[in-house]
Amino acid sequence: MGRITLQDVHKSFGPVDIIKGAALDVADGSFVAFVGPSGCGKTTLLRLIAGLEDVTSGRILIDGVDVTGVPPARRGLSMVFQSYALYPHMSVRGNIGFALKMAGLPKAEISRKVEAAAGTLNLTPFLDRKPRELSGGQRQRVAIGRAIVRHPKAFLFDEPLSNLDAALRVQMRLEISRLQRQLGTTAVYVTHDQVEAMTMADTIVVLNAGKIEQCGSPLALYTTPCNVFVAGFIGSPRMNFISGEAAGKYGAATIGVRPEHLRVARNGDGWPGVIMAAEHLGSDTLLYVNAGAAGTLTARSVGELQLGAGDRVSLAPESAHIHRFDEFGRALRV
Amino acid sequence: MARTAKTRHKVLMTAAAWLSGLLIFFPILWMLLTSFKTELRAVSTPPSFLLFHWTLENYASVLQRSAYLHYALNSVITAGGSTLIALLLGVPAAWSMAFSATARTRSILLWMLSTKMMPPVAVLVPIYLIYRDLGLLDSKAGLVLILCLGNLPLAIWMLFSYFKEIPKDILEAARVDGAGVGRELIHVLLPMALPGLASTSLLSLILAWNESFWTLNLSTSSAAPLTTFIASYSSPEGLFWAKLSAASTLAIAPILVLGWLSQRQLVRGLTFGAVK
Repeated sequence: MGRITLQDVHKSFGPVDIIKGAALDVADGSFVAFVGPSGCGKTTLLRLIAGLEDVTSGRILIDGVDVTGVPPARRGLSMVFQSYALYPHMSVRGNIGFALKMAGLPKAEISRKVEAAAGTLNLTPFLDRKPRELSGGQRQRVAIGRAIVRHPKAFLFDEPLSNLDAALRVQMRLEISRLQRQLGTTAVYVTHDQVEAMTMADTIVVLNAGKIEQCGSPLALYTTPCNVFVAGFIGSPRMNFISGEAAGKYGAATIGVRPEHLRVARNGDGWPGVIMAAEHLGSDTLLYVNAGAAGTLTARSVGELQLGAGDRVSLAPESAHIHRFDEFGRALRV
Repeated sequence: MARTAKTRHKVLMTAAAWLSGLLIFFPILWMLLTSFKTELRAVSTPPSFLLFHWTLENYASVLQRSAYLHYALNSVITAGGSTLIALLLGVPAAWSMAFSATARTRSILLWMLSTKMMPPVAVLVPIYLIYRDLGLLDSKAGLVLILCLGNLPLAIWMLFSYFKEIPKDILEAARVDGAGVGRELIHVLLPMALPGLASTSLLSLILAWNESFWTLNLSTSSAAPLTTFIASYSSPEGLFWAKLSAASTLAIAPILVLGWLSQRQLVRGLTFGAVK
């Protein structure tokens, strides 16, 4: 079991409110990602769940039990830190087995469990090495091994892949997802990389300035964002926002169109503009277009478009994919 | 050309380093040589450097006249005891200031250091009176206490600097892994700070061993350490340079050997934080 419930959790550092009333229910066995810009409070929220920070007010429940005042050691959670936080004076074996040793398990059982965890993560040949003798990816595996070995109620990941190179990041992303599914353990994952969140999580929690803006499945956040912030944060390249007369036509203060929902034509309907820059990625072409009153728009077309800077184009939004927002930035539903 | 200039610079710097080293070491070398001279030769002019009749009579006389082992044992107890207590108090203090710093932590650290800026003689009379009233004069406990208090600010500063270098994440990982404060300290912090602990202990030990102001003023015989042993050779009957040198050599020998063996740790401890 590993159900985590946050009830109106507030956290302040002195006069500064970091978390302004978070309410969330993380279902047992689910993979939840916290995303948001730097300083939005996502890591603080994770540390509050871990017990590494004290809540200012509100309650945190794990499997229905109030753990608000319970020290981290007794919450039954595991955490993987951004810096890996391996014990440098211990071998890989010592690192993975540390939590079991603290729990007072017999040596033979610790050894058996450590070897099983190391086997799962392909770390068996490195069990007697010190962390400094390992590569970045291997260290990351040790940190994960340390988390899985004790069969916690939930895994807490604090931007665990941010120190790895792009290729290794993709590989580890897949491994973490596979491992979480295999173990069926609840996972709360903090990242600023929305691709990571979209590809790994069942549920994404978007945070902004200490508040939960929206919580839902990756696709729900993409298709029906609740406000301008979420609409702009989810999706890459970010959504285009157009205000003024063009938005008024749709009965909104602002409309949003994702780059992939703008049809590009040399001559046609839509907003006329001049290409400022073009990025030819092979699979896609990204165009940055100065569209006059509509502003600077980004368009994405599948495949290669023979267009470049200075070319005139028109951008037409797909009507089914126009997002409408009121003057407060809230989404307008039909 | 640049290469020649670089080599010349290196040679000059090496020569300057050797010269400075020899100048600093010269008094100790002179003391060592004098300890092997006769009393007459020790004060003769011009002084002889190496070409003299080498004798061990001063060492024999010193060891025969005074209970060297008694003083040495007192030094071991007072310096060792004060270092141990300074560490026992310093580790939790430095740990709390390094990992749970408050707005006043810096001020507390500076205040601690400021106690070292006061000349000890300024508080000699009050401390002497307190010691007299508490019956701590000429007691090992009294010396352990005063030496410990003298070294505590330095020990806390050094340990604080070491602990600050340890990433907080690692301690937090230990906490999440189920370690309480005590186990976090024993299993994670102390093993990681071992070089720092070693250099802090060594420096405290050396400073306590060599401390003479308080040991001379607060002890006479039963608790007297090696500093008193040396001072006893400066008597109203005159200075016996050769014997004084032999006594001084015997007094500093143990700590000199210890310092020599642990010089790498010491240098690391003293220059810690100076360069990244």
